[in-house]
Amino acid sequence: MKFDTPAGQNPIDQLKVVGKPTDRIDGKYKTTGTAPYAYERHDVVPNQAYGYVLGSGISKGRVRAIHVEDAKRAPGVLAVVTTLETPRLERGTMNTAYLFGGDAIQHYHQAIAVVVAETFEQARAAAFLVEVDYAAEAGKFDLAAEAKGAPPVPSDSGEGSGGDGEERVGDFEGAFAQAPVTLDETYTTADESHAMMEPHATVAAWDGDKLTLWTSNQMIAWGHGSIAKILGIPKANVRIDSPYVGGGFGGKLFVRADAVLAALGAKAAGRPVKVALTRPLIANNTTHRPATIQRVRIGATQDGTITAIAHESTSGNLPDGDPETAVSQTKLLYAGANRLTAMKLAHLDLPEGNAMRAPGEAPGLMVLEVAMDEMAEKLGLDPVAFRIRNDTQVDPQAPERPFSHRDLVGCLRLGADTFGWAKRNPRPGQVRDGQWLVGLGMAAAFRNNMVLKSGARVRLDGSGTVTVETDMTDVGTGSYTIIAQTAAEMMGLPLDKIVVRLGDSDFPVSSGSGGQFGANSSTAGVYAACVKLREAVAQRLGINSADAVFADGAVRAGNRAVPLGEAAAQGALSAEDTIEFGDLAKKQQQSTFGAHFVEVGVDADTAEIRVRRMLAVCAAGRILNPKSARSQVIGGMTMGTGAALMEELAVDTKRGFFANHDLAGYEVPVHADIPHQEVIFLDEVDPMSSPMKAKGVGELGICGVGAAVANAVYNATGIRVRDYPLTLDKFLERMPDAA
Amino acid sequence: MRSFTYERPGTPAEAAAAVARTPEAKFIAGGTNLLDLMKLQIETPAHLVDVNGLGLDRIEATPEGGLRIGALVRNTDLAADARVRKDYGVLSRALLAGASGQLRNKATTAGNLLQRTRCPYFYDTAQACNKRRPGSGCSALDGVSRQLAVIGGSDACIATHPGDMAVAMRVLDATVETVDAEGTARRIPIAEFHRLPGDEPEIDTTLKIGELITAVTLPRPVAGTHIYRKVRDRASYAYALVSVAAILGKDGTGHVAFGGVAHKPWRVEAAEADLPRGAKAVTETVFAGAKPTHENAYKLKLAERTLGAALNQARA
Amino acid sequence: MSRRDRVADAPVMAKVGLTVNGQRRELDLDIRTSLLDAAREHLHLTGSKKGCDHGQCGACTMIVDGRRINACLTLAVMHQGSEITTIEGLGQPDNLHPMQAAFVKHDGYQCGYCTPGQICSGVAVLAEIEAGIPSHVTADLNAPIEVSAAEIRERMSGNICRCGAYSNIVEAMTAVAGRQA
Repeated sequence: MKFDTPAGQNPIDQLKVVGKPTDRIDGKYKTTGTAPYAYERHDVVPNQAYGYVLGSGISKGRVRAIHVEDAKRAPGVLAVVTTLETPRLERGTMNTAYLFGGDAIQHYHQAIAVVVAETFEQARAAAFLVEVDYAAEAGKFDLAAEAKGAPPVPSDSGEGSGGDGEERVGDFEGAFAQAPVTLDETYTTADESHAMMEPHATVAAWDGDKLTLWTSNQMIAWGHGSIAKILGIPKANVRIDSPYVGGGFGGKLFVRADAVLAALGAKAAGRPVKVALTRPLIANNTTHRPATIQRVRIGATQDGTITAIAHESTSGNLPDGDPETAVSQTKLLYAGANRLTAMKLAHLDLPEGNAMRAPGEAPGLMVLEVAMDEMAEKLGLDPVAFRIRNDTQVDPQAPERPFSHRDLVGCLRLGADTFGWAKRNPRPGQVRDGQWLVGLGMAAAFRNNMVLKSGARVRLDGSGTVTVETDMTDVGTGSYTIIAQTAAEMMGLPLDKIVVRLGDSDFPVSSGSGGQFGANSSTAGVYAACVKLREAVAQRLGINSADAVFADGAVRAGNRAVPLGEAAAQGALSAEDTIEFGDLAKKQQQSTFGAHFVEVGVDADTAEIRVRRMLAVCAAGRILNPKSARSQVIGGMTMGTGAALMEELAVDTKRGFFANHDLAGYEVPVHADIPHQEVIFLDEVDPMSSPMKAKGVGELGICGVGAAVANAVYNATGIRVRDYPLTLDKFLERMPDAA
Repeated sequence: MRSFTYERPGTPAEAAAAVARTPEAKFIAGGTNLLDLMKLQIETPAHLVDVNGLGLDRIEATPEGGLRIGALVRNTDLAADARVRKDYGVLSRALLAGASGQLRNKATTAGNLLQRTRCPYFYDTAQACNKRRPGSGCSALDGVSRQLAVIGGSDACIATHPGDMAVAMRVLDATVETVDAEGTARRIPIAEFHRLPGDEPEIDTTLKIGELITAVTLPRPVAGTHIYRKVRDRASYAYALVSVAAILGKDGTGHVAFGGVAHKPWRVEAAEADLPRGAKAVTETVFAGAKPTHENAYKLKLAERTLGAALNQARA
Repeated sequence: MSRRDRVADAPVMAKVGLTVNGQRRELDLDIRTSLLDAAREHLHLTGSKKGCDHGQCGACTMIVDGRRINACLTLAVMHQGSEITTIEGLGQPDNLHPMQAAFVKHDGYQCGYCTPGQICSGVAVLAEIEAGIPSHVTADLNAPIEVSAAEIRERMSGNICRCGAYSNIVEAMTAVAGRQA
């Protein structure tokens, strides 16, 4: 199905199933420990051996020799595969660093060997018997030092943000010079780790030259093609299965070393092998969100109308890597005639920087929305009012392009009313509650809506059950449930008559999960397949499909009502289709909007910061399931709070690696850090987006929330810290004497 | 993890003898730190002597009016003990500020005293670390050191003792009771139990090989407000940046020890006379001679302000 | 390097008898096997998860002899005779434990990987409060302890959820605690 005209009335608009806050259909499996994740697929193939991955102990240079004799002699060891005996393997989709093969070390903990043994304990013990000789080389590890002279580089995050290395509208410099009120500040954000709870893990089994990988991956079709390319085998010989993914956040968009080394280990051992990256390896072996240095300049008239806005970001990456697209939202969020955005890229020899939840917008809004707060204060304007004053209904770089639907102002107003924003004291450092200095902060949320081609197969059987198959993944997003809701709505069935099967490369290719494009795109694909199935049903029953009404488990046409299962009495009916999106997204800008409001307390003695209240108001088209969508938003708010307050991969700039590479050293928020979180969805639809009239929402929650935290901290203390994370050490010297 | 042999002896003296006679043997109790380190091949015992069955899990009143805490009393049980809650609040508070509920259910009193540093270079076997591999160098000195020691360190090591309980034990003037392979008992004042790194940072405590902790005794309760103030980046399940264990009167007199700042719980008794004069007067003495790195110099200010908070709390 | 650094020792095996979810199980294990791996790899009880294998995440939480622990940081051989409850023992897909049902109702999970640990911890936390065990946020160490959001959050902090379902987990637990009261 081609989607190239705005959606009209369609069966989804009935909202009998779609749009309801349904409990997840996979909930009973997840809560009982019976949902199968990659490393625990004991049932899929017998005789699995265990692989243990070794990471490089240097950050840059060459491996001279790997001594494996002792390891090979160790009890239970079946095989040792080293990078030296393997030619450098091709890279898969979106890989920047090479995953395995050859003697070159690009980054710390790069995989250099896998030890395969009968048991995990034996593989782990033998791995420590491997000795490696290195020839270390000097590398570049310090972003601040390399930032000077970093050139502008175009980039596309692949997740809805990106652009040219430098983009200009009007005369920024001239307008900024003439603006009566200006701001020019530089901010930094830290390297961050996805730290998903399920480590990257794969079971690999060869059957002749055919390879099956039971793995944990967000993008099955990418992974499928990548594994074939990396291993140099035909795609037809590879199958990937990933029905449950224990968190990805962008870290499992692509094939990583676990999959490659499970496949190589299985080949070498001559039997199935399973590999999970150990937790201490993950931060440096895999990918991370790159740190940024961002400069924002805003010029405005006395009444608060922005006349000039510039946002420049510098980040680092390995050769062939991309810059963090941290300036993209600044092209679209606020009006202003004169504009400049730039992304600069420094070469660093740290591990690969790549997509992490809302790449671009997450770190970009952490900065832009603090700059807006600072500018509002300079103007003597309320931060909400300042943003409303500079709202735009068109793409400021191309005013002929309207937004398909934009209600940022509605989010801001409803949020301010609901949160009690009017009670905020605009003078910072004035409100005290016992030991706590209390402050309120807010920020706008913005994230582009992406739509990707997505396919599905649906099959109706004689019992009236519809089975949906698509290689879409559920990474915690609720895909199983919203896909079932979509099929149920389309076929007029209750949810318990829908079976959803996901994550298998034998199924039709979907959008996959990333960039908050998954929910809308994949359900639209299911919609398309169901349209075909409805036609097939009507044809089988001899009714005109235009007259057929699918409801209450039956098909009605005129006075005739036939139970749906009867259409498949003579044999199952199957239909497959793919939704393909035309150029609607080019004609009109599709984005999602929101507003974050946060209250923090800052300990008057120690400057410990604790979040006390949080509210997000979101405008993201039709909400397919308010329960799971709300969870996506609070999850983003939680991760964004971590980015604001604690998350930082600590770079050893001398040795070139992230030193705090485990979950004790890299702190993410725990229960005690997160208060009750409130989310309000504006009731809206966007027919430009898809037949579902939905948009992405999975990343909107993280966009802007960090700035709202930072602005609240400023309101509480009067201290503006422009270097994330906002840890107490950056406040202590400036804290007022404790009372 | 290396393979090891394993035994469960019947008495503390047998346990001590077993470790003393077996090369590369170690005691295991809760295991929450030892197994963590064994998985990374940082600890590589050839023989484990499981002391969980030795009956060292009771808390008893001493004739002197104090408490004798068995070495195997779990952190949860010690924190929840009615006598500890009533008379040694600083100890209960310190325990509850540490780790997680799951870990406190397993971790023991003795094991808590013996937990090793969380320095990132100690934990990374590819990096130089004098504590893990004597003579290899200290990467932390010019590396990532935000969490590490500001005082009492050496050119060989700036690791911190990561525990909370030990800081409370220090302010309570606890005594560590041990037995050795010959069955000889010894009493070690807590102040002398943990070492400074000097040029032998691989040695954390003054225990001899095979010497088994059997109990920790507390003297009679000290009157005053018992405070354990732990400062950390996230609100729970994190190591202290700085902690203050204090027993204070309304007039500010009392006792104080600091955690998160040194290779051992840090207490300078001579400075305590200055407590009524305020935090700064005390921390200037306590931290005289501090040698922070550029990353952890904030701990000096933080220690002062945290003590100030404790003094305010006692006065309230 | 010493000889032991270069040469692997012969594996040491141990017989371990455990009662898991009410069933007596006998295992012959490499002595290095953690309680977590004994369950996941040998008993194929894979509900308990391995998120970090170092006691830093809580995904492996089991209830052992009535107390929640990190199953990754204990050896199976140290649990001879122990009574162990894993997530599989609390309830099954068609017979959910009230805490499991509350997690479903309140959407107290997303990817599901930390969920079994959260639920085992959640059940144990309510029992710990009931038993009068204090926490870091208990204001008065010598007074009865109320079930509050602050108490739940502090006590659950050993179970990390990177998806960020915390707010919903607290609601699920509060609902269960209310029913118990």
